[in-house]
Amino acid sequence: MAGQSDPGGSTFTAAELEFLAEDETVEIVPNMRMDTLDFICGQYGPLRPQITAQVPLWLAVALKKRGNARDDIPDVYLVRSLIEDIKDVRFHKIGTGMEKLTGRASAIVLKHISAMEVNIVRPFTARALETFYKLDSPEMLPDSERGAVKHSQVADHGQRRPLRPNR
Amino acid sequence: MDMDSGTGDGSGPSATDGHDWPTTDVELLKRAWRNEKAAPEILKYEVDLIRRVTELTAYVQETVDELMENGVDPLNVSLMEMELERTLFLVKSYLRIRLQKIEKYMFQIQRSADLWNRLSKKEQNFAKRCAEDMEKHLEQSVLSKLPDRYKSHLRQSITSEEDDMDNLINSSGEGEPIDLEANELYGIRYRSIKPLVESGQMDLV
Repeated sequence: MAGQSDPGGSTFTAAELEFLAEDETVEIVPNMRMDTLDFICGQYGPLRPQITAQVPLWLAVALKKRGNARDDIPDVYLVRSLIEDIKDVRFHKIGTGMEKLTGRASAIVLKHISAMEVNIVRPFTARALETFYKLDSPEMLPDSERGAVKHSQVADHGQRRPLRPNR
Repeated sequence: MDMDSGTGDGSGPSATDGHDWPTTDVELLKRAWRNEKAAPEILKYEVDLIRRVTELTAYVQETVDELMENGVDPLNVSLMEMELERTLFLVKSYLRIRLQKIEKYMFQIQRSADLWNRLSKKEQNFAKRCAEDMEKHLEQSVLSKLPDRYKSHLRQSITSEEDDMDNLINSSGEGEPIDLEANELYGIRYRSIKPLVESGQMDLV
C-alpha cells in the first residue's frame, strides 16, 4: 500500500508532529569543537566547548545522545512536572470549551491551541461538526418544518478537547 | 550552496501564535506536506518546488558522499546526512500521501479534468495503471458474474482544521458568511475554504 497514515484516523501521527517540532531551536552546551554545520535549512555553529549554542532540537538530541553536548536545563524533574500540570489544565479547558459546542456550530475557532492538542481533538471535532451539518440539512426535517428553519451559524470561541483526556 | 531558493509569499511571522508563513524551500515543502496530509482531496502537484528540492537533495547527497570518502570530520558529515534524511522524509511522505489518495479515488480522478490536472505525469501513469488493474480485477472477480455496474462514491463535505492568513475575509458556509481572522485556527468545512487553500491564503494543519 502507498501510505502508512490511517485515513480514518487523526491525519498526523504524534511522531510526525514531533518531527515538525524538532526543527525548533534550543540551546545546548557542547563539550567539543566542531566546524560550522552547512545544512539545507541554514548554517549552525561552529561549536566550541562550554560555549552555549543555538541548534535545532533534533540536532541537540543527536549530540546529547552521543555525549557531545548537554542541555541547559537546571532541574529536569521540576520542568517535567510543570509541563504535566500545564498539559492537564489545558486539556481541562479544552474539554470545557467542547461542552459548549452546540448543534448550531458550523465552524469553530480554537485560540492558542497547540498542534498536538489539535491532533488529539481533531477526530472528535471534525466528526461532531460533520454530524451537525448532516443533521442540520433541510432533508432531515419533516416537510412541515422546512420553511421555518433558519440556519444560524455561530463561531464558538474557546479551548477544545475530547471529553476524556488521553492519558 | 543556495539555501534560500524559495519563492514564498514573502510575509514573515506575525506577533500572534506561532504560525510562520513559509519563505524557504524547506518551509514550503513542510507546508505542502501538511496541506496534503490534512486535505480530503488531492491538491495540485508542486512541480517546481519538488523539482528544486530534488535537485538540492541530490547535490547535498553528492557532497556528503564526497566528504565521507575523504574522511573529513565524520561527525559533522553524519549530522549533515541526518538533516538530509529529514528533508528526504518530507519529500517521500508528500509523494506517498498523494499516491495513497490516487489509489483511493482512482476512478473519480480519471473522470475529472480538474483532478487529473493536479497529478504529475508520473502520477497520471500510476493512476491509469491502478484503474486498469482495478477494473480488470473487479471484472474478473465480480462483475462478469453479475448484471451490475460499479459505482464510484464521492466525498461531500469534510471538515478540516486550518490557519488563516487574511484579515477578516468572509467565507460562506451554507448561506451566511463567517468572518475569519488572520493567524487563527479554525475547524471548518473543507468545501467552504477550498479556494483559499489553493491560493495559499490558508494553510491546513
